[in-house]
Amino acid sequence: MARITAGVTTSHVPAIGAALDNGRSHDAYWAPVFAGFEFSKRWIAASRPDVVLLVYNDHATAFSLEIIPTFAIGCAERFQPADEGWGPRPVPVVEGHPELAAHIAQSVIQSDFDLTIVNKMDVDHGLTVPLSLMFGQPAAWPCRVIPFAVNVVQYPPPSGNRCYQLGKALRAAIEAFDQDLNVQVWGTGGMSHQLQGPRAGLINTEFDRRFMDRIVADPVALAMLPHVEYLREAGSEGVELVMWLVMRGALQADARELYRFYHVPASNTALGHMILENPPAARR
Amino acid sequence: MALEKPYADIPGTTIFDAEQARRGYHLNMFCMSLMKSDARDRFRADQRRYLDEWPMSEEQKLAVLARNYNAMISLGGNIYFLAKLFATDGKSFQYAAALMTGLSQEGYQQMMVAGGRSPDGNRFIGEKPNG
Repeated sequence: MARITAGVTTSHVPAIGAALDNGRSHDAYWAPVFAGFEFSKRWIAASRPDVVLLVYNDHATAFSLEIIPTFAIGCAERFQPADEGWGPRPVPVVEGHPELAAHIAQSVIQSDFDLTIVNKMDVDHGLTVPLSLMFGQPAAWPCRVIPFAVNVVQYPPPSGNRCYQLGKALRAAIEAFDQDLNVQVWGTGGMSHQLQGPRAGLINTEFDRRFMDRIVADPVALAMLPHVEYLREAGSEGVELVMWLVMRGALQADARELYRFYHVPASNTALGHMILENPPAARR
Repeated sequence: MALEKPYADIPGTTIFDAEQARRGYHLNMFCMSLMKSDARDRFRADQRRYLDEWPMSEEQKLAVLARNYNAMISLGGNIYFLAKLFATDGKSFQYAAALMTGLSQEGYQQMMVAGGRSPDGNRFIGEKPNG
């Protein structure tokens, strides 16, 4: 049977992808960001996931205002890196896992989460920057990826609790899949940042650190945090953090924190990154 | 009954909610069209003519021509769509953010390197801003 071994969270700032793609990762500005992922790269090379279910948001790339799915699961065989206006990132094509994705869609919809099924979709920096941070610049990504897009562009995004409960439904679906697969669930986006208006540049380190503490130890209460608190405390784009709660719901209550990295700034954003592991029995 | 907007008292912030999305639909879809390079070329060649192909308000078109991002946002623009416009101009998110805050590029960058804008004094309209 498939098993969820670990969860990863990370911000997905586009400038990080640009820095890597343009050979600027050793610049004084960017070096500390990439250094924060050195442990993670070694860890993931050793833990060798077969599949990553990658929770992210599309940034007006695959979805314009014509269609805005709250939750969308990518069921295609592969996903092309999108041209976001500067040409596509020079990163490998993302290979999906259509069998597991279709299984998850059917199972999760029957658990009352009405997913949108997407069989053709390009993936933007929201998905490819986390892959770059964790895997560097390989010729091919070393695992399959199921893109799972959450609307955080048009207000309101799904509530934190909805995301957390969805994570639980994803866990049940994955654990019922009849193939021996090592699956990780990633939640991306955040941390505090605001890209628009006279308040742009907002960073709330205290909120971010507390969020990282609570997502490990107190996720049930954290999931009840109303949207307005994210907007006010973590900036209008900080509300992306609800996507971390999907990851948390997919892990067990007693998952432990293996690694944490926090850095300000990455362009306009506070970068946060965590690795959570399920207990050894669950990882087998 | 009007929708509740508990975020209306956050200073310097426009939440892209259902009302803003409705107001800005054509403005944002115009921006979306700039994802294609031939559209970018046509827009650069004659901006006014290109804008006139879209059912946008005159106010929205003038805000685009002036690259007044705060005005575009108040008229329903969303930052991820407006990003297609500043990308067409060869500009970054940090450039646009600086412009909207009224700081110089250098000033904004320095603020970010120093830890960003503090939430203190910036949570509620009418608070005394504190940096």
